[in-house]
Amino acid sequence: MTLASAVDLARLQFATTSIYHFFFVPLTLGLGPLVAIMQTIWHRTRNESWLRLTRFFGTLLLINFAIGVATGLVQEFEFGMNWSVYSRFVGNVFGAPLAMEGLGAFALEATFLGLWIFGWNRLSPRLHLATLWIAVLGTWMSGYFILVANSWMQQPVGYKMVDGEAQLTSVSALLSNGFALRAYVHTMLAGLIFGSIVMFGICCWHFLRGREVDLFRSAAKLALIVAVPATLLQLVVGNRFGEAVTSAQGMKIAASEAQWNTCQPCGFSVFQIGGFTADDQTPKFAITIPRLLSYMATGSFDGQVQGLNQLQQQEQRAYGRDNYIPDVRVIYWSMRVMAIAGVVMFLVAAVGAWLYWKRKLERARWFLWTAVVAMALPYIAATAGWILTEMGRQPWIVQGLLKTADANSPSVSTTWLAISLSFFITLYVALLVVDVWLMRRYARLDASADPEGDAPAAAPAVGY
Amino acid sequence: MDLESLWFGIIVFFWSAYFLLEGFDFGVGMLLPFVPKNEAERNVQIETIGPVWDGNEVWLVIAGAATFAAFPAWYASMFSGFYLALLLVLFFLIIRVLSFEWRAKSTSPGWRAVWLLANAVGSYGAALIWGVGLASLLYGVPLDSDGDFTGTFWDLFSPFSVLAGITFIALFAFHGATFLTLRTTGALLERVAARARVLSIPALVLGAAFLATTVGVAMHRNDKDLFPPVLPAALGIAALLLAAILVRGRSGWAFVMTALGTVLTVVTLFTSLYPRVMVSDPTFGNSLTVENAASAHYTLAVLSVVALITVPIVLLYQAWAYRVFRHRLGGDEPASTPAAPVSTQPEV
Repeated sequence: MTLASAVDLARLQFATTSIYHFFFVPLTLGLGPLVAIMQTIWHRTRNESWLRLTRFFGTLLLINFAIGVATGLVQEFEFGMNWSVYSRFVGNVFGAPLAMEGLGAFALEATFLGLWIFGWNRLSPRLHLATLWIAVLGTWMSGYFILVANSWMQQPVGYKMVDGEAQLTSVSALLSNGFALRAYVHTMLAGLIFGSIVMFGICCWHFLRGREVDLFRSAAKLALIVAVPATLLQLVVGNRFGEAVTSAQGMKIAASEAQWNTCQPCGFSVFQIGGFTADDQTPKFAITIPRLLSYMATGSFDGQVQGLNQLQQQEQRAYGRDNYIPDVRVIYWSMRVMAIAGVVMFLVAAVGAWLYWKRKLERARWFLWTAVVAMALPYIAATAGWILTEMGRQPWIVQGLLKTADANSPSVSTTWLAISLSFFITLYVALLVVDVWLMRRYARLDASADPEGDAPAAAPAVGY
Repeated sequence: MDLESLWFGIIVFFWSAYFLLEGFDFGVGMLLPFVPKNEAERNVQIETIGPVWDGNEVWLVIAGAATFAAFPAWYASMFSGFYLALLLVLFFLIIRVLSFEWRAKSTSPGWRAVWLLANAVGSYGAALIWGVGLASLLYGVPLDSDGDFTGTFWDLFSPFSVLAGITFIALFAFHGATFLTLRTTGALLERVAARARVLSIPALVLGAAFLATTVGVAMHRNDKDLFPPVLPAALGIAALLLAAILVRGRSGWAFVMTALGTVLTVVTLFTSLYPRVMVSDPTFGNSLTVENAASAHYTLAVLSVVALITVPIVLLYQAWAYRVFRHRLGGDEPASTPAAPVSTQPEV
């Protein structure tokens, strides 16, 4: 019986835990500044409804943040636990941004969020507001350092190889890696989209229930002011990010288009059946937009995009015999799922803004239901995006330097991996059930009443 | 001093900060099922650490990341070798993190009891496994010539490492109790103070036994002389003795002494380890050292600049956070987190 190998299990575990972690991270990244804006408006206007919104969405932020912290610790430990060869190989370079994240960013967000949660009565209103903004700054800095680390795996820069391990030669090259900067903009926009689409969906749910309509109309307006430009900009930025990938990881782009042979100009395959494996390179059916792929991958409608077969030959010459083509079917579809979800989110935001402007939003029930369901889209898009990024790099764990198959921990047996994988899946499913239950419970609360219904309606309710 | 040794020292500082701070919040968690008599007191006891536990746990994240960056080979061998133990630590820490945020989210007594228990279990469990794990670095585990662990989960459990785990529990329970004497009032304070006096005895006895044994293990299994490990060990025993005396009347100073005792315990363990970072047994020659596990000079220099700038800033704002939340909390005064998820109003 062929069981999964240790590398397969380690990959499955890392994929499971990091995708799960990333359910919570971008919502924190996006909801954080939105809550801070609400509190700022309250601070400026003293309008009680903004305080209620701050506390309402602040509670959702904190429920979510707790799991982000808990699962983040797992991520930090997992490099060493499951990928000891990788850790020795990259520690000189990859460890530095992680240490910077801990010292410069995570400490800030954890300490100041504690001050914000418990500081309502202990700090002056201005200082209390500042603690939230500082915590938000911490989360945004944290994202930068983590993406610097990840981007080094996609496009290694500022290093030299010494005795079979990568050593840092330029910290400025590491921190200004073009791949990292583009990934950062892309990811922070994703965070804002998470925050605003989820917030908008919750507002729409309250409109459907016909409760607290005036209060949530203000919140919906704020969410739309962020969601419309963020989703639009993301379509442009995501495309630019594709160009960066083209230069660093041609294989990933070719796989995401199932482009087996070099082309110039290249059409973009919108949908195709078949054509995903080396034995079956020609699709049975395909819808193609001429020249669009050339533009997306190179910025020019006449650009050349290298094909999987040609890249495979090049990599074989450079690195020796092996299969350098990632799983084309998975990469092709994850790219499309991400892009389609991105376009749909833009449409939801744009239609929402139009309905809001026409003062019809609260009564457009078909649309309100759409917006509620659309809360799932940022999660789907982010998951597809990370699958594209990480599986598109295979067989490499560090592009061109170290293969995934050589990087796992020799001392960790498949038995241990089976134990830990079952452990994480069980724990994470249980946490998700509780989290969704809590989020629902608090999201459907009227911002003025408590779940047991015994607080005075006038109280700015929902503590943390 | 060379950069490798400097970074060993910095990592000892991070672990010391972690156990000094999280040590008392573990202790507060351990005492949750035993000290408070009603829901209001339970809420007060949790709130004494509510605003700061996350900032405390930051030092673990920092210690882990700094080890990865400055000593990749140490990080790789320790984290992969102690795989199941760290999995347990993660479990204990995760249920604990969630208990803080989630317990107050429902008023159902069953729900609250479950998360209170989760906090306590997480605190005992994490303290135990950290003790076992860190002591195993010194006691020695089987490593091959690549530094990869070749043993089983049970290789971590020697009499010495188990003593370390139990000592961590006793020490943190006492440390948490002295912390609570500074942060509570009324009936809760009286009970906490009585509990601290009782807890001082096991903390002193186990702490002294562990510190003395550590010096012995350092000499017999890690090729160390009596000095320097004996110095922090003796000071640590003295601090715990003073804590046991001062807890009968001078609670503020007792807390200072349990803090000092905790730090000196960590320092004794790592002083006994230096210049090795992970002892290999039976093949002593495969041990990881400060030299062979460290990153290259340039990386360490960059990290030194980062630490020089950020560590003082982190210490400053964390000290400020502790100042903001220095007030004693009592059952009669309304807590600033709502007991029910909804009852609090900010002062506007």
